[in-house]
Amino acid sequence: MEVNGEQRSGSVEPRTTLADFLRDELGLTGTHLGCEHGVCGACTVLLDGHSVRSCLMLAVQADGCSLRTVEGLAAEGGQLHPIQEAFSAEHGLQCGFCTPGFLMSTVELLNEVPEPSEEQIRSHLSGNLCRCTGYHHIVKAVLRAAEVIRGDVAARQA
Amino acid sequence: MKPAPFDYVAARSLDEALAALADAGEGGKVLAGGQSLVPLLALRLARPDVLVDVNQIAGLDRLVVDDHRLVIGALVRHRAVELDERVRRAFPLVSAAAAQIGHVAIRNRGTVGGSVAHADPAAEWPTLLLALDGEVEVASPRGRRVIGAGDLYAGYLTTTLEADEVVCEVRGTLPEGRIGTSFLELARREGDFAIVGVAAVLAREGDVVRHCRLALSGVGSTPVRARGAEELLAGGPADDAAIAAAARTVADEMDPPGDIHGSADYRRKVAEVLVRRALCAARDEIGTVVAQ
Repeated sequence: MEVNGEQRSGSVEPRTTLADFLRDELGLTGTHLGCEHGVCGACTVLLDGHSVRSCLMLAVQADGCSLRTVEGLAAEGGQLHPIQEAFSAEHGLQCGFCTPGFLMSTVELLNEVPEPSEEQIRSHLSGNLCRCTGYHHIVKAVLRAAEVIRGDVAARQA
Repeated sequence: MKPAPFDYVAARSLDEALAALADAGEGGKVLAGGQSLVPLLALRLARPDVLVDVNQIAGLDRLVVDDHRLVIGALVRHRAVELDERVRRAFPLVSAAAAQIGHVAIRNRGTVGGSVAHADPAAEWPTLLLALDGEVEVASPRGRRVIGAGDLYAGYLTTTLEADEVVCEVRGTLPEGRIGTSFLELARREGDFAIVGVAAVLAREGDVVRHCRLALSGVGSTPVRARGAEELLAGGPADDAAIAAAARTVADEMDPPGDIHGSADYRRKVAEVLVRRALCAARDEIGTVVAQ
């Protein structure tokens, strides 16, 4: 499979979830595991561009797929992705445990809806649970990220 | 890792899947989107010997939308239905229901066939299947057969499917003529299972209700069709009084379960309110829907 632009492979038992494969076999521990049965959204990754819960997929099912995890967001050299910058600037995290899942869900949202309303943001992120922030700052962070990304796109097109 | 060990077969064709399931006997289980099955595996509530993964099988993901007929391959994901413009135009209740299934990441992965076969009485697809007077086509080593929506659900998480049968296609219809539809559900939070859900289809000729279909989720061990209320409305007006009477009939005739999410009385009350709102919405939608 391709993970964050690199070809990766491994051999695992069928019962190994994609989340465990990413963390234990590939060492990509940015993908967090909260509930491990599809409730909390912390393990959300992008599979061929679409958000999935990596605890609800078997690793073998991702054979040949393209994956993007939170490790694939920042640019070479460590420059944070605009969504990561916005979460930092707007205090969209406290303990940070749920953050990788929120970031990946937000990537999908802003790909699909570059100028989302607050309602659209809350709906799209409804599958990600955060026990620290009360969500308010997360919504502000997504609005800010959307604005920055739209600005970047506009600047590139100019 | 949390699931107990199992053998895994990534079937490349329907025949391969059927053969693997036949070999596995009662210990076999079909893996489609996995959004219900994998949590059951993780909690070890399900411990199949063999998982037969059908995701690679070609030809099970077609989505055909005619004005009055909807054909959905078993592997079509909820999200694909939710975002399909043809579905939105001709089957707005289906779009509305699909958008209320779990969360985006679940809808990206979960399949229509899987949901229909999982038979959760609070889920959207089984209820839609009843309201669309639908049927499922299933395959087994003995060939194909078609099961009507009314004959599919046998109890909580239980269908009349045999262990070696695979759902291939889900089909539904809407009546011809002037129709309106609605799908409403009440849940504590977005993406939660519905406490009660209602799918309503109303066809009128002039001011007279020609045909009505009402199906509810969350009010029994299976999704239920509210036949009494349907018959009460058919042939009469669709005014507020008639709709209120039909909603009361639904509430009177049901025997809902009580649990931590809501008592039986609460569910009955919610069902009455939702049925009334759904029927009013369906009635008011008539004339504005393009599905002619």
